[in-house]
Amino acid sequence: MTDEQIKTVVLRVLGDIAPEVALDQIDPTTDLREQLDIDSMDMLNWVVGIHEVLGVDIPEADYPQLTTLSGCVTYLRARVR
Amino acid sequence: MPSLGADMEAGTVIQWFVKPGDTVKRGDIIAVVDTEKAAIEIEIFIAGTIETLVAHEGETVPVGALLALVRTDGEVPAPPPAPSVAIPVKSEETPSSAKPPSVVAPLPPKLVVPPPPLPRPSTGRLRISPLAMRTAVELGVDLATVTGTGPDGAITKADVERAAHAPPLKPQPVPTPVVMPPPERPAATPPPSVDRQAAMRKAIAAAMARSKREIPHYYLATHIDMSRALAWLQAENLKRSVPERLLYTVLLLKAVAVATHEVPEMNGFWTDGAFKPGVGAHVGTAISLRQGGLIAPAMHNVDKKSVDEIMTALRDLVKRTRVGVLRSSEISEATITVTSLGEQGVEAVFGVIYPPQVALVGFGKIIERPWAANGMVGARPVMMATLAADHRASDGHRGGLFLAAIKRLLQEPEKL
Repeated sequence: MTDEQIKTVVLRVLGDIAPEVALDQIDPTTDLREQLDIDSMDMLNWVVGIHEVLGVDIPEADYPQLTTLSGCVTYLRARVR
Repeated sequence: MPSLGADMEAGTVIQWFVKPGDTVKRGDIIAVVDTEKAAIEIEIFIAGTIETLVAHEGETVPVGALLALVRTDGEVPAPPPAPSVAIPVKSEETPSSAKPPSVVAPLPPKLVVPPPPLPRPSTGRLRISPLAMRTAVELGVDLATVTGTGPDGAITKADVERAAHAPPLKPQPVPTPVVMPPPERPAATPPPSVDRQAAMRKAIAAAMARSKREIPHYYLATHIDMSRALAWLQAENLKRSVPERLLYTVLLLKAVAVATHEVPEMNGFWTDGAFKPGVGAHVGTAISLRQGGLIAPAMHNVDKKSVDEIMTALRDLVKRTRVGVLRSSEISEATITVTSLGEQGVEAVFGVIYPPQVALVGFGKIIERPWAANGMVGARPVMMATLAADHRASDGHRGGLFLAAIKRLLQEPEKL
């Protein structure tokens, strides 16, 4: 999968959680929780969504690597088939 | 029309899911009613057969007005009485053969075979996702006209949107020419979400103002060492697959529910000048909506659920709350409420009790703090728990015991 495809999936799953946010305006280096006003339930739903779509299991210990959009892409790139 | 919140005055029937002749059992969802806060699925509390639908779809009726007549099993059908106001769904109690001679015996309704019902599961409940339901409410789509393409014929959001844009089955009414537009007509109709926002603020304002007007609040606070709870949670989550992971909120809800066994005057209602204990610990969870607004729907019997069951119920509740479709028992039956604002970074929340409840437990952010134990100081994850309680129903001493119980229960998370 290309980085662009991974990013699309990440944004699509985020879009289900934060439907009112303009996804193309997300700053890839800023904390997503601040930009999107998401809480731990949203975070868990996002992890479940990524698991369903990409088949990647994200352990809780790795959550700190996923705080930004570019962090998510970097993390998933190494783990997606 | 049931009261679906302390501040509710009227509701609008959006859709009936039953019609005369249908049998219903307790808990079946018979209609969707739009309130200011959400679209609420009305669960019927008796079993029987629908006799008459009194309120029509689209009609706004005040709380207490008649919605429908239900013939409970074994009763003789009779014509509806004059509309009365006391209870939401009225079951017909007809005296059998021993009628006083002055009353004309009602003619039994003709035994007509009703037309075949729309294909629906035997519970009478439409198979539809909460998001699709919400969309249907907002777009004004009659769900009876929608074909479901989801699993088991369930109606999806896309199905609703397709139906909304499909050409109408009936001819459109000819618009009457308007000679002079009324001056107060707004230039554009606000979108449904803005209307609902405004209505929700109004509802919250009414409830919170009433609470502060009527309830003499007292407030208590305590710090809770969460190190054991978080360690237990971390270990448990390693054993669980992603969709089964637990959030720490679940431990808080369970602890509050179990603690009500020790201090029952925190769990129930203040009505008619007295405390009425709740039957069961139905914990209301304050859920904030993405663009403002707050609802605290109840999860039933939390003290009897396992932490996994609470997690599943919580995920489902949050999902349906955020799309705005909840069940009547969730909206009206919380016996105590919990609000957790830790994720926003606040250390303590001193809340406003939802009338007619008598207590609100608040949890703040878990913060690493210096903590003295056994004569030594270390860093522990510490959370402030607060209690807002109704001084008519309890005194500070009992409130203190309640918080102490919650604190104690959270030190043994494996027993929750």
